[in-house]
Amino acid sequence: MAITVLAIIRLHNLVAVVMLSGFYSLLAATLFVVLDAVDVAFTEAAVGAGISTILLLGTLALTTQHEKIRALPRFPLVLVAVTGIALIYGTADMPAFGDPDSPIHEHVAPRYIHDSAEEIGLPNIVTSVLASYRGYDTLGEVTVIFTAGIGILTLLGIRRWRSRKPATGQSQGNGTGDAPGGDAT
Amino acid sequence: MDFEIHPGLYNYAVVVMLMMAGLYIVITRGNLVKKIVGLNVFQASVFVLYITMGKIIGGTAPILEDGFKVYSNPLPHVLILTAIVVGVATTALGLALVVRIREAYGTIEEDEIQRQDESR
Repeated sequence: MAITVLAIIRLHNLVAVVMLSGFYSLLAATLFVVLDAVDVAFTEAAVGAGISTILLLGTLALTTQHEKIRALPRFPLVLVAVTGIALIYGTADMPAFGDPDSPIHEHVAPRYIHDSAEEIGLPNIVTSVLASYRGYDTLGEVTVIFTAGIGILTLLGIRRWRSRKPATGQSQGNGTGDAPGGDAT
Repeated sequence: MDFEIHPGLYNYAVVVMLMMAGLYIVITRGNLVKKIVGLNVFQASVFVLYITMGKIIGGTAPILEDGFKVYSNPLPHVLILTAIVVGVATTALGLALVVRIREAYGTIEEDEIQRQDESR
């Protein structure tokens, strides 16, 4: 993943950058499988590596494929390095990887694991939590997607629809933005 | 102040590295599409942070089955599931803005947009 990210930083051809970002998402998805998060891996592979890449490619088709090469200032690199070192110093107090006694595993998670089979009756705990215990989150998520869909339509859709009316038969590259409105997982 | 890093904390170092790479792209690159790719890189690093925190060594995926006692924490999985989908929605909105900016200015490079604004 680190190599992919470095290549994304270096490359100036935007098609290659977009393809690499899809590859990056796919690597993240395989990492999630290894880390026991199969549901997240499904979503990341389908949505992160699939739909995001398609949206980015559609944008490139409507705009340009090459980034302008410009001189890079030194200051941001220093800033980012300092921030990174500060963050790594901050993680020194975090619980170790895979530690079953860390605070994250001692609050509500045991209840989900022990009781969700009786209370919800589904074998997949992630589904029980998503749809039942934290159903409000999912409702909020759907609201966000709906709002984003409306935003995209107002930005791109309506004006195009009006401009297409007088000149029918004129083919144009639309349908970039409004795809994710329908895939509320 | 001691900088001794526990060997069990290397996952945080990886996350921070990816996060800073995304931040660097967002700060330095003037191309708007590349900025959005940088945001996605940053976002994925946060996902990795959450999922690694939910992992228990020797645990299995949180799907109830006889014969397994230790499961990974399902709560971060749910949160990140939501975050991924919301992230794609925001990405789509950002890209729609990029397309709109391109139609208005004829370019998606930040400095050229600024120059056009100043000469206006």
